[in-house]
Amino acid sequence: MIPEPVRALLFYLCAGLALAGGCWVAFARNIVHSAFALLATFAGVAGLYAFLSADFLAVVQLMIYVGGVLVLILFALMLTSRIEEARVSNPTIGLVPGAVVLIAVSALLVYACVKEFGGTTDLPPGEPTTAGIGDALLSRYVLPFEVISVLLLAVLLGAVTIAGGRLRKPAPGGKPGKERP
Amino acid sequence: MTASAVPVLLVLLVAVLFAALFLVLSYWLGPRRRDPLKESPYECGIPARGTVQIRFFVRFFLVALFFLIFDLEAVFLYPWVLVFRSSLESGAAAFALGEMGVFLAILVTGFVYVWRKGGLEWQ
Amino acid sequence: MNIIQHVANLLIRSVFHADPASWPWTWLVQAVVIGIAAFLAFAFVAIFAGPVSWIERRIAGRIQSRIGPNRVGPQGVLQWLADGVKCWLKEDLVPAAADRPLFLAAPYLVFTGMFGAFVVLPFGAQVVAADLNVGILYLLAITSLVVVGLLMAGWGSNSKWALFGGVRSAAQLVSYEVPSAFSLLCVVLLAGTLSTQGIVAAQGGWPWDWFIFRNPFMFAAFFLYFTAAIAEGNRTPFDLPEAESEIVAGYNIEYSGMRFLFFLFAEWANIWIMAAISAFAFLGGWQIPGIAPEQIAATKGWEFVGWQALSWTIFLVKATFLVFVVIQIRWTLPRLRVDQLMITCWKYLVPLSMLMVLGVLVLLALVPEGGGADTILRGAMVGLGLAVVLVSALRVRRTFRVDREHYREMEGRDLWYPPYRLP
Repeated sequence: MIPEPVRALLFYLCAGLALAGGCWVAFARNIVHSAFALLATFAGVAGLYAFLSADFLAVVQLMIYVGGVLVLILFALMLTSRIEEARVSNPTIGLVPGAVVLIAVSALLVYACVKEFGGTTDLPPGEPTTAGIGDALLSRYVLPFEVISVLLLAVLLGAVTIAGGRLRKPAPGGKPGKERP
Repeated sequence: MTASAVPVLLVLLVAVLFAALFLVLSYWLGPRRRDPLKESPYECGIPARGTVQIRFFVRFFLVALFFLIFDLEAVFLYPWVLVFRSSLESGAAAFALGEMGVFLAILVTGFVYVWRKGGLEWQ
Repeated sequence: MNIIQHVANLLIRSVFHADPASWPWTWLVQAVVIGIAAFLAFAFVAIFAGPVSWIERRIAGRIQSRIGPNRVGPQGVLQWLADGVKCWLKEDLVPAAADRPLFLAAPYLVFTGMFGAFVVLPFGAQVVAADLNVGILYLLAITSLVVVGLLMAGWGSNSKWALFGGVRSAAQLVSYEVPSAFSLLCVVLLAGTLSTQGIVAAQGGWPWDWFIFRNPFMFAAFFLYFTAAIAEGNRTPFDLPEAESEIVAGYNIEYSGMRFLFFLFAEWANIWIMAAISAFAFLGGWQIPGIAPEQIAATKGWEFVGWQALSWTIFLVKATFLVFVVIQIRWTLPRLRVDQLMITCWKYLVPLSMLMVLGVLVLLALVPEGGGADTILRGAMVGLGLAVVLVSALRVRRTFRVDREHYREMEGRDLWYPPYRLP
């Protein structure tokens, strides 16, 4: 129902947003700006998911990546002292190996895309996908699903263990009345 | 693509446009008198002391991490719940319940561990 | 059929004399209609947020035995307009130390994140901008834009207090999203769909058909959600991010004029949004008692419009009532400490909301819908709800009576100030 040129425009809008955000992340001099630029990438990818009728994935992308991962990264940056002075966040080293890896990976990606989806342009109609994902979790992907919970458990335990020393007692030598947000 | 995603995009676009319109109008209507005192960081009228670069409490990081984990858990629960409804009718509810039970049991173990370890305290 | 498609088709037929199904520009007309709908939603937010800010200040005055704004217009009803114009005419100040791009971009993010929630709110029968298949998850997800916006404002301001406020708000918002996600999961469990209109359609017009009165666990889930929503809206007793006595005003301290207004605006609109979510997810939304949604959809012409208006009114009344509850809570309770705030969330609300999901699951499996046990459960819950409403109404009446007696007592005395009483 939406004509082809408009659809293409929307696609390039989302893809461009993701790509521009990625470039910004890579090239920004200020590491905090890099982190905030991730927002554009995540939003663009969410748009692409919506474009591919994966409505559940699009929303989860926003919820988990923007609301969770990005906030986690930002907190990590703000926890690091003197982050503002870290200007040389992206020094250019290893130009030639980098280019080789880039070409190899893009060749592989293009090959995979053409082989798997070459020539097809019709996208699936907007069917609800959430129940389908639930079905898959209950039938084909039971084991990966359970393994994910073990992974999450490991993350929980790891976080507490790493932060563990600082949890119970106040840091030794810490002055009382020190500013704490 | 899902046709229902287009209104969302449009509305977000309208929101950004409105915000821009209002801010441009405000920029245009408001006075512009620069003043070093006015542009200094707020500190109740006295010169600002110390740097902004205060190291944050590691707790905030942990909270973000816990959020990520439990939000993921909730996200996995949402599609499962939809299937559970239909499996109640078809009689496969026991399997669905068992699978999610194992998933939740593992995570609740982690939650209890974190609680016991003091990961949820704030002092 | 969505009302937007409806209006678009009507326009195409009457103005362009074409068949909507085959006409090549149907999508464009629909897009324009959606744009206009978004504009109307925007106007609604503006017009709603304004008077509510005035009403809140009047109620605050009432609770704190003072008057509140009463100068602009009769009883000060136009105060919000004056405030808005004032903020508009203020200088758009960017502090010299600020991280300019981040400082300038933050209000956009907060505003867009707040405004985006309006897309899926079911205002009335068939009145929703986009009935997404994942509507309720979308509502949870769009909040993350606000979180990032607040962090951006905090960091971009390059001021201690703004940074504290921003980080506090972000931690608070993400923490309280977990219990609200689990509480809404109970709703999804009963409705069997994530679409917001589907959730409303799964309920009924009468209170015993609302999700809140389905069973005790849903009743508890409503209060858990409401608490978490108040915390997500940074409202007292959870307004740590803007604790005046500790960090002055939080993430928006360096902002002035229109940009500052955007943050306030987002806060006001947020109250309304969370009240609306509670209303449609737990309190039956726009459902009219005694008439099924299919019957409304089957009507034609003015009858259809009338039913639509009625459903819209019902939804607005429910949501506005909850807004008043939020305002009353704000001016009644003291603020929590940071540690209490986090403990409330992680040690009480999160485990409790998980238990509620479990409880609803078990009841769903054990108590068949429409059976005798179900009816008894619903009846008991409605009774409990009535009792809660009655007790609070009696308390309010008592407060008013005490105030009246106090006024009468003071009236004749020779005081240097006149005894004041609310109209």
